[in-house]
Amino acid sequence: MILLTAFVLGAMFGFGLGLGGMTTPAKIIGFLDVTGEWDPTLAFVMGGAVIVTFVSFPLILRQPHPVLGEGFALPEKRSIDASLVLGAILFGVGWGLSGYCPGPSLVSLASGAKPAFVFVAFMALGAYIAEPLRRIDLSNDRATKLEASSHDPGLNQA
Amino acid sequence: MEAFAVVKPLFGGILIGCAASGLLLLNGRIAGISNVFASTLHPWRADSAWRLAFIAGLLTAGVVLMRAAPEAFGLPPGPLPRVAIAGLLVGLGTTIGNGCTSGHGVCGLARRSKRSLVATATFMATGALTVFVANHVLYAGGR
Repeated sequence: MILLTAFVLGAMFGFGLGLGGMTTPAKIIGFLDVTGEWDPTLAFVMGGAVIVTFVSFPLILRQPHPVLGEGFALPEKRSIDASLVLGAILFGVGWGLSGYCPGPSLVSLASGAKPAFVFVAFMALGAYIAEPLRRIDLSNDRATKLEASSHDPGLNQA
Repeated sequence: MEAFAVVKPLFGGILIGCAASGLLLLNGRIAGISNVFASTLHPWRADSAWRLAFIAGLLTAGVVLMRAAPEAFGLPPGPLPRVAIAGLLVGLGTTIGNGCTSGHGVCGLARRSKRSLVATATFMATGALTVFVANHVLYAGGR
């Protein structure tokens, strides 16, 4: 059941990205181009998404457990550390260079466009290279977090 | 900007917000795409199954969009090596920084996470700086 809901919600997420114009890199670059001809599309997409989640998340997290599970898997890290900032810096540069972030690049694979495949392949390579780095970083954290990450490798990710 | 040009992105955003809400409400999971994507590196892990199903959903949406509205897809600028470097940086950055536009931007801000606020402000800033350098310093007048 959780696979079916994940699939349907993934499709919904993907339609949202496509309808919102996020699979058009020129719109992302147009948004980031604050000194050029500014394109506000991304602000409406992110604004629309955050308005919904900003209201819904606290209400949902007040429930004792998710409808189809025993508990909520939430990121446990609280500290604003160097790896958070360094990662965001690198991501922003890649985002600005291409106009792709992970979601839209995956949806764009369906277009069959070569650049989408090249982007996703190198994104996988980057994630593969960086995974051990994150483990080293985690070892500096509290033991409880390490334990959590061994149960669910994705738990500490936002 | 025409009204339609506002409504469509807003509607797309609301769909994204509803999908992220649904995943938290039903499955108890955060819809962070970089986190979801990392499952493709170790698809055999038990906890990768729902993530792979989510990616299958994203791809299905892409296939339907390609048939119904192929104009929804554009290409990233520049030659393939530039796209490759960008992909590498996005893979490295989202893994080291634990999230991307969806995980930090859409879900993290909704959880009032200070980490996500810092991350979102940072990648927006370096993204804008990168576009400024690429469009106005290196290729002034181009594209």
